[in-house]
Amino acid sequence: MKNPADLLYTKSHEWVRKLEDGSVQVGLTDYAQHQLGDLVFIGLPQEGDAVTAGESFCDAESVKAVSEVYSPVTGTVLAINEELLDHPELVNENPYDAWFVQIGEITGEEELLGAAEYEELAAKEEK
Amino acid sequence: MKLIFERSIQGRGCAILPPCDVPVTSLPEAMVRKEPPKLPQVGEIDLSRHYTQLMKQTHGVNDGFYPLGSCTMKYNPRVNEEAAALPGFRRIHPLQPEETVQGCLEVLVTAEELLCEITGMDRMTFQPAAGAHGELTGLLLIKAYHHHRQDTARTKILVPDSAHGTNPASAAMAGYQVVSIPSGPDGCVDVEALRKAAGPDTAGLMLTNPNTVGLFDRNILEITQIVHEAGGLCYYDGANLNAVMGIARPGDMGFDVVHLNLHKTFSTPHGGGGPGSGPVGCKELLVPYLPIPLAQRDGAGGYRLDWDRPLTIGAVKDFYGNFLVVARALTYILTLGREGIPEAAENAVLNCNYLMTRLKDVYDMAFDTGCMHEFVITLARQKKELGVTAMDVAKGLLDHGIHPPTMYFPLIVEEALMVEPTETESRETLDEAAEAFHEIYRTALSDPELLHQSPLHTPVRRLDEVAAARNPRLQYHFPD
Repeated sequence: MKNPADLLYTKSHEWVRKLEDGSVQVGLTDYAQHQLGDLVFIGLPQEGDAVTAGESFCDAESVKAVSEVYSPVTGTVLAINEELLDHPELVNENPYDAWFVQIGEITGEEELLGAAEYEELAAKEEK
Repeated sequence: MKLIFERSIQGRGCAILPPCDVPVTSLPEAMVRKEPPKLPQVGEIDLSRHYTQLMKQTHGVNDGFYPLGSCTMKYNPRVNEEAAALPGFRRIHPLQPEETVQGCLEVLVTAEELLCEITGMDRMTFQPAAGAHGELTGLLLIKAYHHHRQDTARTKILVPDSAHGTNPASAAMAGYQVVSIPSGPDGCVDVEALRKAAGPDTAGLMLTNPNTVGLFDRNILEITQIVHEAGGLCYYDGANLNAVMGIARPGDMGFDVVHLNLHKTFSTPHGGGGPGSGPVGCKELLVPYLPIPLAQRDGAGGYRLDWDRPLTIGAVKDFYGNFLVVARALTYILTLGREGIPEAAENAVLNCNYLMTRLKDVYDMAFDTGCMHEFVITLARQKKELGVTAMDVAKGLLDHGIHPPTMYFPLIVEEALMVEPTETESRETLDEAAEAFHEIYRTALSDPELLHQSPLHTPVRRLDEVAAARNPRLQYHFPD
């Protein structure tokens, strides 16, 4: 699957969609969902939680293991995608629609990559 | 096979109760249930066959090789059962007066003394029911210690990234924040990363040594020193003690508190076979906080329970833990004795290195050095080249009558299979296992599709683990 060009990416395989109001949506990349395999549970934070760039704020559980999802930005959780709680398979089916959280009041961010740069990184890890 | 509920026939039963020899009393109306519970109604022979059928569908250490890494599935000698079945141990009540259960208290005190000697600790509690419960108890001791010293700024527990998943989970349960410490390329703790992470907010470190990739951390003295100098305490996860028991002591490595898994290292039933036991031992500085009661000598040749411990964290389980498990473990320790305990550890390490060496020609080892009690295979290359995964090899082993190794753990190894043969297996069994691994490898080369299908000869074929995890059915729905 192609990584959409209008999104930004972290080295830890999250995608970031910048919204018009300055907040961002965050999800897991296609590469990440592929590596994890079929997801069976997504643990989300609560609305209003403070998150810190580079620190774990969600987890994604497959039958193999639980993996942490790291926040690309420092800010406050404005909304969570509750649909994922009952339907974790959405992340496998369409990773770029299956946003985990929306974060606002952003005061800092991780180093973010463009789609081409991220593809290079993922290809390197694949080897 | 049928569920026990599906075997139920209204009015059938398998108990003939004797006449009641005490006055019949009834519960207050408000406490009496309105409808009878829907219990299965079956004859004794049907019940017996039901369980026998279930038993035939399982794989235990009495069925075949069971190299489940970090679980130490050693054989449980029958003599342990004989000791635990003695009426003086079995037919007692936890509320009996102390003077009538002196033998049982002696078991607790003797087991404590011997296990303290093996671990280099000063006192031990037998209350925790299993390993993770022991971890929580140990962390609560660490927390009580810091808080008693008015040192409330210590909010973090350091855990290496190769740790058992229970470690970070227990730390979170105890109210701590977990800081993951990376492993170096040698599979051991990255000492410089640890040095950077340790500080005035460090409550402690949780470490398994030998670790989950089967390596003894050579820097262990430096590691515990770094944590102590930062003001933290060191917790030893005893899951892998089998590799070093009677040879190296956590207390001498600098640890302040340890938990043991009697159901792993000390040959008591494991998994579905019975309750576990996760005793926690500690150095003098943590003794005041141990759970109550503690069994001890009364100074006059007898034994008593000490409840008067004002700084205790309280009880973590009812009564004294799973007492009969302790009786089994004590039997094992006394049977092996001072020479047998280290010999068992040496044989565990020998067996492991033997099997690893026999598999090295076709399988890639995650860390290709000598190992302790377990080793980790990585199927990363086979996955890429042949499409054969760790899961496929694990399922293939089932067709050879072998319980699969631990899969996809530790997390730091891709496509991991973690193999722990234990000391109880003979050379012949290890040779058979090696041949099974080799045959699976040949199948992976010639007919990978067959491995995706496996197991072919088990009571149930490959199960849909994803569907089971996403839509677990945990309840029987009665037809009416």
